Amino acid sequence: MTEQKQEKELLAISSGDAAQPFRWSVGKHGSKFLAELRDNKKLFGVKCPKCGRVYVPPRMVCGRCWAQMDEFVPVKDTGEIVVCTIVQFSFVDPNTGIQRPVPYGYAFVKLDGADTAIPHFLDSTDPDKVKVGARVKAVFEEKRTGSLMDIKHFAVL
Amino acid sequence: MEKVGIVGVGQTTYERSKEAPVDELVFEAASKALKDAGGDMGHIDNIITVSNDFWDGRTISSMAIQDAAGSWGKDISTVEGDGTFGTFYGMMRILSGSFDTTLVVSHMKGSEGIMNLITNAMFDPIYQRSLGIDATSSAALQARLYMKMSGATEEDFARVSVKNHKNAKNNPLAQLAMDITVADVLKSKKIAEPLKLLDCSPISDGAAAVVLANEKGAKRFKNSPVWVKGVAHCSDAYSLGYRDLSRAPALAEASGRAFKMAGIKNPLKDLDVAEVYDAYSYMEPMWYEGMGLAKEGGGKDLIRSGATEMGGELPVNPSGGVLSAHPVLVAGMARLIEAVLQVRGEAEKRQVKGAKTALAHGINGPCGQAHCVFIVGS
Ligand SMILES: [Zn+2]
Repeated sequence: MTEQKQEKELLAISSGDAAQPFRWSVGKHGSKFLAELRDNKKLFGVKCPKCGRVYVPPRMVCGRCWAQMDEFVPVKDTGEIVVCTIVQFSFVDPNTGIQRPVPYGYAFVKLDGADTAIPHFLDSTDPDKVKVGARVKAVFEEKRTGSLMDIKHFAVL
Repeated sequence: MEKVGIVGVGQTTYERSKEAPVDELVFEAASKALKDAGGDMGHIDNIITVSNDFWDGRTISSMAIQDAAGSWGKDISTVEGDGTFGTFYGMMRILSGSFDTTLVVSHMKGSEGIMNLITNAMFDPIYQRSLGIDATSSAALQARLYMKMSGATEEDFARVSVKNHKNAKNNPLAQLAMDITVADVLKSKKIAEPLKLLDCSPISDGAAAVVLANEKGAKRFKNSPVWVKGVAHCSDAYSLGYRDLSRAPALAEASGRAFKMAGIKNPLKDLDVAEVYDAYSYMEPMWYEGMGLAKEGGGKDLIRSGATEMGGELPVNPSGGVLSAHPVLVAGMARLIEAVLQVRGEAEKRQVKGAKTALAHGINGPCGQAHCVFIVGS
């Protein structure tokens, strides 16, 4: 088997280093959630007045009930893995430019007191520990800036 | 054709930078439209959202606002373009026979991205983008050509800006309500010749929603519909270099078809009020010509005559138009909502007395590549 010779030269134009920066507002609910995380290492959800589900992170609308949610409720920094994986390929965080060391584990975690799950990194890549149903606890960063990354990762207990 | 009407309308205020994220803006507009219709989400058969990935900074941006649009358990689809085109699609879904009611929502947060980078990105990356060409500099090219073709002057364009910013003073939702003079416009900061700052619409945030229904679906709501009497859209070439930028043949085609459907023979006489997409001041007289309100080159005479001011023969943009708030994608739907309010007699201080038939106009693409024209009436 040999490389087939191209009959024509096919050209392309590169985008170069073009970037499209954004500044997404998080609203009142997101601001409360991120500020409590940054300032007090506390996690908050919001409760639907119709179905009673507690959403973490909090949003204004329960899509299921199409109802506005305004009641903030505290949730624990412990919870349970709903689903998880151990990733073997590298990924550069587009917001920070930081590349994760490979392999790394991440999971969707349902915090105690919440009805929805948030995604985060795990401290373990041990397939015997990283399992659906495993108990986890949030480990907070020392320097916090008001983002979900103020949680460093979840420690698998 | 089966009748389709607009039974509810809702809008947020339009501002340079709103605190609420896109999903909250959509929820506010949709809630207001359903309240206005006298119904609730249970009366809605399907939903159309209007969004654009570059402006929202997300891939398949429509997904992020579907919960807020009430999509849970419902059929939902999306248009990436002006809200008038989304409304047209919403109508088609009713006319398909599958649905009796449609909620159409549109949103824009111009404050979250970098406007000229985003509008630069609508141009061809291989041959055009590296000029830095964007919505505003391409509009300047069109304004220049239109002046040469029609004899319209910078003063004529300034008159449009004065009229529409003044009209906005009667619209509590508008962003730029101002008493300004022709001299103020002429001496405002140069942006791209011949356009000055006050010839250009602002960067805006906001959302809008309309509830559409056929005769059967309309019975679910307490409010009575304003009927769509005629509607059409038409597109011109993508590349500005392939178009005659001084004229708007796609608008002539779209408005001609909409007028025919609505039984309008002389639009200047038969229409009571018009809301047109004046993203830049020069566009308004140019669109007059495209719609046949004036003959070719006659847009300047119509604006000079005062016929399109409040109290004139055909008031244009009593809401203040796009010059007074430009939430891209929402702006054409805002024109349609104003047309509905005028026909209902609910336009408060900006009401055109006895308005029965109104035109609403939306555009897509640089320099009005595509046009959508609605005629609504009681
Ligand atoms: Zn609920």
